[in-house]
Amino acid sequence: MNSTKFKGAGQRIPLVDGIEKVTGKARYTADLFEPGALAGRIYRSPYAHAQILRVDVSEALRLPGVVGIITGADCDKTYGILPIAQNEYPLAREKVRYFGEPVAAVAAIDDATAAAALKLIRMEVREMPAYFTAAEARAQNAVLLHENRKGNLEREVHHEFGDAAAGFAAADLVREEVFYASEVTHAHMEPHATLASYDPERDRLTVHSVTQVPYYVHLMLAQCLAMDTSRIRVIKPFVGGGFGARTETLNFEIICGLLARAVGGTVKMKLSREETFLTHRGRPESEVRMKIGIKGDGRLTACQLEMIMRGGAYGGYGVVTILYAGALLNGLYDIPAVKYDGYRVYTNTPPCGAMRGHGSVNTRYAFECLLDRMARELGLDPLDVRRKNLLRAPTETINGLKVLSYGLPECIDQVERASGWRERKASMPPGRGLGFACSHYVSGAAKPVHWTGEPHATVILKLDFDAGVTILTGAADIGQGSSTIMTQAVVEVLGIDYRRIRVVANDSAITPKDNGSYSSRVTFMCGNAAIQAAENLKLLLVKAAAKRFNVAPEQVECLGEIYRVAGDEERQIPFNEVVTEALVDSGTLTVKGTFTCPVEFQGGKHRGGAVGSTMGFSYAAIAVEVDVDQELGTVKVEKVWAAMDCGFAINPLSLEGQVQGAVWMGMAQALCEQTQYNRDGKHTAANFLEYRVPTSMDSPDIEVAIVESMDPNGPFGAKEGSEGPLSGMVAAVAIAVQNATGVTFNALPLTPDRVLDGIAGRKRPVRTRSTPKALEGVPS
Amino acid sequence: MKNVLAIRVNGQTRESAVADNLLLVDYLREVLHLTGTKQGCDGGECGACTVLVDGVPRLACLTLAASVAGRDVETIESLSTAGRLSDLQQAFNEKLGTQCGFCTPGMIMAAEALLRRVLDPSPEQIRTALSGNLCRCTGYTKIIESVQAAAAARRQHEGAQQ
Repeated sequence: MNSTKFKGAGQRIPLVDGIEKVTGKARYTADLFEPGALAGRIYRSPYAHAQILRVDVSEALRLPGVVGIITGADCDKTYGILPIAQNEYPLAREKVRYFGEPVAAVAAIDDATAAAALKLIRMEVREMPAYFTAAEARAQNAVLLHENRKGNLEREVHHEFGDAAAGFAAADLVREEVFYASEVTHAHMEPHATLASYDPERDRLTVHSVTQVPYYVHLMLAQCLAMDTSRIRVIKPFVGGGFGARTETLNFEIICGLLARAVGGTVKMKLSREETFLTHRGRPESEVRMKIGIKGDGRLTACQLEMIMRGGAYGGYGVVTILYAGALLNGLYDIPAVKYDGYRVYTNTPPCGAMRGHGSVNTRYAFECLLDRMARELGLDPLDVRRKNLLRAPTETINGLKVLSYGLPECIDQVERASGWRERKASMPPGRGLGFACSHYVSGAAKPVHWTGEPHATVILKLDFDAGVTILTGAADIGQGSSTIMTQAVVEVLGIDYRRIRVVANDSAITPKDNGSYSSRVTFMCGNAAIQAAENLKLLLVKAAAKRFNVAPEQVECLGEIYRVAGDEERQIPFNEVVTEALVDSGTLTVKGTFTCPVEFQGGKHRGGAVGSTMGFSYAAIAVEVDVDQELGTVKVEKVWAAMDCGFAINPLSLEGQVQGAVWMGMAQALCEQTQYNRDGKHTAANFLEYRVPTSMDSPDIEVAIVESMDPNGPFGAKEGSEGPLSGMVAAVAIAVQNATGVTFNALPLTPDRVLDGIAGRKRPVRTRSTPKALEGVPS
Repeated sequence: MKNVLAIRVNGQTRESAVADNLLLVDYLREVLHLTGTKQGCDGGECGACTVLVDGVPRLACLTLAASVAGRDVETIESLSTAGRLSDLQQAFNEKLGTQCGFCTPGMIMAAEALLRRVLDPSPEQIRTALSGNLCRCTGYTKIIESVQAAAAARRQHEGAQQ
């Protein structure tokens, strides 16, 4: 055994579960086979908005091989991510509100039988007017989707910090423009799937599912099945990406549980790609009215934003999304006054939710684009304008967000150098353009959605006679590498060989509760909890070694695989012997570490003030070079330079991968992806051919520079690294296309037809449907 | 209709009763439980089910199992030797060509087909060869680097053998 002390933090190592992934041994939910499992399928509404008169499953039930069918009549409990906005049934009751909404579910001996049974289900309805845009849903006399939400307004937010009117009055230049961003979706590669087993004799349910937050699935199963939480077990196998889609508990997870109980057995439900698109929870179509005031020298004086989101048919995460969109105007630059008016509108489309960069992306896109234009109008360099408006950490923003580490200045410098910005910006050949933008994101919401008062993260370490350390964690690795980061944190503290460590994650019967993988919280919170757990374990080991040496603990030196009396190389014992000694008094050791974001980090005191609050913002600066084909209108991103202030890179390899993935997803939103519905409310691109995920041919080289601002509260100084660069990339691409063509575009995505229309000077009817004026006078 | 077919999968001939309409992806996953081959879409969209048939990359979701009777099918499970990673698997692991891992088996099989044809592929050749394999996590940068690293290792290995 190597006698040196092993390094964890800052090590460029492969994922601890990488071997399973490259060999095909990694088992995802659809890869789990249980003898006797039935196939589950969902019957979905062919109507966008209708009153349900009758769901007739009698003929389907008579089909040989069909074992059970459930409908909305089998569950009268609502569910939802936010305790205050749970207005969705797993299977529709009384009304359907979007095309594709689950209405009934079949369990059959095989998939073909289940599929055949769906064709025999009859649904009688009274159709109702359906609204596929925010403006239609907000129109006078529009029928309400939810009786208790007048004007089909899910939530409106009105915040003002500082004096915006005074700020605009003091400005030398004020500009206001409306931007439009299409709806986009996560398109994680693994389609949705759940395996649920119900034991009627013990009234117990075991569920394997594709979730980012097993804890929420557990809560919602208990709620909808009216079961005590202790009789439910939730296990997360390998998960093929999430990007926010799987933060909320999703309808099929609950349906599969209900179905398993109904048939008294095991049901495996594999959703098709089309159904995975329909389940959605993506980033909403947004209309963004942005107004910025600026001094002649580039100093910001005020900002005003009006955001209208097409939220879809149910509450979901909507309240949080509309709050984020305003709150995260702050925290990136020093803006003396910010006014925000946000409107989240119910429409007859699949519910939106959290998606990478949750709430911040379309706000940031509009802000950076407008700021860039104003810089040019004033003859200022856009990078210098950013430098004029930097925060000075430590500080608190006008809406109560704390900024303790701030690497944005270094990010800007890095990108400026790497891209050759100064030398190249004015001399780009025709059709070529550079674009630059900045962005940021939270390292975990400082106040959890399900606020219980418990620690925000708990990690347990088990050490036994084998001298192996098992990390027990509820942190959900969905490909982002949380299990690897936890391992590195423990190695760094204990200094032991990586091969001693195993991670056991996400089995509610074994691992501690975790709030899950959302808002980039895991490295920060679970990382800190893992460090504390390892330190607690180390204390016990040092004490045991001291006992063996018959010295005071302070005299013991821990060298990872060896413990010795400080300064005395003759008196040393290997790790295994320290463990044996440590077990003498107590037997198997289990130690715990926890982490909680202190209340002073949990945001302003205003209503909704907790949203946007975090212990550490990540910062990113992005420069891109694009090539626009003037005849085809196609945009090719040639190169991306991204600088990321992640506080400290616990694993630089993994950090680069996260930044590249975020940047790339931003490019996809900027150029090609969009979720649209036709006049019947049907998804027009519920497949990978029409929902245009970029291929390797469409994707640029992405160069990542890591900036380490060493956050005072982050684990080893680390902050998040997965979400922050996305929104900056969306803006940087849009700005680069403008610079390449000389045409201003205020809408996404920048598809060839949109770009060509712009180049030809053709006005497109930008889908501006709900101006602020239109909203005035509408009862809310 | 079911027929008993002999299909050579990862070097072993398997005899199974195969329905005429059974897809190769379902044969591999549901009949043989070779779940390394993934299904990410409703048919021909994502490349996650890429396997080699007589050395040529094929989408198992668009291939009838019956059509590969008597032919040689290779899946991700065939690449490692006595549990040791192949050069591509090692490179994807070490260079982080995999994140969530769901596209990885198909991606590696497509890359394997490329490296058997071209020992020193340019980044453009790699991008072209993998253009039918979608990845949602990496932005492809580290996938391209992984294939380049594997190609270099394979060249070195083959050079050493000569």
